[in-house]
Amino acid sequence: MSKLGQFVKKIRSKNAGPFWITVDIFCGNPHTFNQVCSALKTERIAQLLALQAAAVKRFDIEDLAVIKISFPRHHVQGSRFDRDIHGAQIANLFAELQLDMTDLD
Amino acid sequence: MQTRILVPTGVLGMGFDQAALEAGIKRAPDAICVDGGSTDSGPFYLGTATSKYARSTSKADWRRLMLARQQASVPLIIGSCGTCGADATVDWMYEITCELAEELGQSLIIARLYSEQDLSNLKIAFDTGRITALPAAPDLTAASFTSMSHAVALAGAEQIGAALDSGADIILAGRTTDTATIAALPLKRGAHNGAAWHGAKVAECGAFCSTHPGTGVVLVDFDETGFTIEAMAKEASCTPDSVSAHMLYENVDPFILYEPGGHLDVTAARYQALPRGRVRVEGAIWHPTEHYCVKLEATTIGGYQTSMMAILRDGRYVEKAAHWAESLVSFCHQKIQSSMLLLPQDYSLECRLIGLNAALGDLETSASAGAHEIGVLVMITAKNQETATDISKIINPYLLHHPLSASEDLPTFAFPYSPAHSDRGILHEFALNHVLELESPMAAFRLNISEICVE
Repeated sequence: MSKLGQFVKKIRSKNAGPFWITVDIFCGNPHTFNQVCSALKTERIAQLLALQAAAVKRFDIEDLAVIKISFPRHHVQGSRFDRDIHGAQIANLFAELQLDMTDLD
Repeated sequence: MQTRILVPTGVLGMGFDQAALEAGIKRAPDAICVDGGSTDSGPFYLGTATSKYARSTSKADWRRLMLARQQASVPLIIGSCGTCGADATVDWMYEITCELAEELGQSLIIARLYSEQDLSNLKIAFDTGRITALPAAPDLTAASFTSMSHAVALAGAEQIGAALDSGADIILAGRTTDTATIAALPLKRGAHNGAAWHGAKVAECGAFCSTHPGTGVVLVDFDETGFTIEAMAKEASCTPDSVSAHMLYENVDPFILYEPGGHLDVTAARYQALPRGRVRVEGAIWHPTEHYCVKLEATTIGGYQTSMMAILRDGRYVEKAAHWAESLVSFCHQKIQSSMLLLPQDYSLECRLIGLNAALGDLETSASAGAHEIGVLVMITAKNQETATDISKIINPYLLHHPLSASEDLPTFAFPYSPAHSDRGILHEFALNHVLELESPMAAFRLNISEICVE
C-alpha cells in the first residue's frame, strides 16, 4: 500500500463556485496516469468523500495526464458548518489515500 | 480582423508587474480587461456589498491601469467591481475613478453597467417559471426572496458589448462572468466565437496560464479561426500544458463552460507551441442556447455568530481532546437550554479541534499525529446576536475549566485574549445557484453613461 501523493506530481483542490469542489490529480506522465486510473476506483473516492458514487463527476484526461474529480460541497461555501471556505484541504485526503499500487514502478 | 486584448492581472488589487504591463502597452492592444471580483472569498462581500481588497490598493492598481489606458487610447474594462459586483461596489469604483481622473487630469466617458437585481422582480420571475436551478442549488421558494440581502445577475458579452457601443473610455461593470469582459470586443469584431470564449477563459486569471503566475500580464490575439496567447513578463512563457491546464481551474467540467447565451466546448481544441513562448489554440466550439439565460447569485442572513478560542496544552487533555470536546458540548447544551429556555433548533454550537479535525471535520482520515497542543475553536450561531453572545457567556467558564472526569481538580486551559468571545455579526450565506431567463440581454441590467471633464 502506498500514498497516492507519493506517486503523482501534484494534487490540488479548490472551489468551483460556492456549491462545488473540484480536485485535480496531476499524474505527471502517461505511465503513472494509466496506473492511477486503474488503481483509483470511483467507489473509493465516493467513500472518502462520504458521498454516493453517482454524485461524483470524474474526468480521466489522457492528454494532460490528469484525473479530475468534482463533487457537490457537503456545506455550501461560507455557510454555518463550512470549515474551509476555499475547499483546498480536500486535496490532502487524496494525497494521503492508501492505494494498492504494488504493480507501480 | 485581429483583436488584441491585454489582461494585466487576475484581479484588481493584487498588483502586477509594471514592466510587463508596459511591454503589453507597447504591443498596441485594442482593449485592456481586468476582473474585479469573484465569489471565491465567500458570501460576506455580496452580503455586505463591499470589496475584499482595500480601497487604497485598488486605487493604486487602478491608477496604473488608467495611465496605461491613456497611453494606449483604448477602452479599459473592469468586470465584477469591488469583489461582488453589487451596485454599491460599482459606485465605489466610480468614485475611485473620478478621484483619479481629477488627480491625473484625464477627461473621460465612463460607462457603469449595473447587475444588481430587484428582489421583487426576481420573485415575479420565479413565480412565472423563469428561474431554473443548476446542479447542487439550494432549495428555493417564493418566500426565499423576502429574506435575501443582495442578488446579482452575471453579465455576459452582450451587456459588456452594449457598454462598448456607448464609446466609453472606461467601463465599470457590476457582476460579470470572469470571461465576458475579455470576450466581448473580439466577438463584436467577428472573432471565432469558440476561440473568443476559450481565449477569455484561459486569460481570465492573467498569467496563471503561464510558467510564472505571479507576473500577472498576458496578451491574447483573437482572429477568425482561433487565438494566440503570450505572457508579457520576460521570464514568463506560455506552453501547451500551462494553457490547456487552465480549463481545469475552478471548473467542475474541464471541457464545458456555461456562459450567458450558450456554452463553450473545448473537447476538440488543439494547442500548438509557437516560438517566443506563445501558444496557438484552435478548435473550441460555441453552442448557443435557444433561450437567453444569465446566472444569479444572492445572499441571505444565515444567523448571527459568536466565536471563542481556547488552547489545550496538558498532555492528558490533548490526548483525549475529541472525547473532552464531546463532553463539553453536551454539558453546555443542557446549560444553555435550561437557563436560556432555548430549543435545539434555536441555535447551533460546534467545537472544531485545531490539531485534530478543524479543517475537514467528519471527513478527516488521519488520527492525531502527536500534536502537543490542540486549539479549540467554538462556533456559536443563533437567530440574533444577543442570543449568540449570551450563549458564549454561559460557555465561558466551562471552556476554561471543563474536566475529563468528575473526580479530578478543575483544569484551566489557555484563553489567548480577553474577552474570550468575539462577536462575528451576521452570518451571510449564498442563497442562489440558479439561472434567470431573459427576453433580451439588457432586460436585467442597467447602463449609465457619464462624462468627466477636467480642465
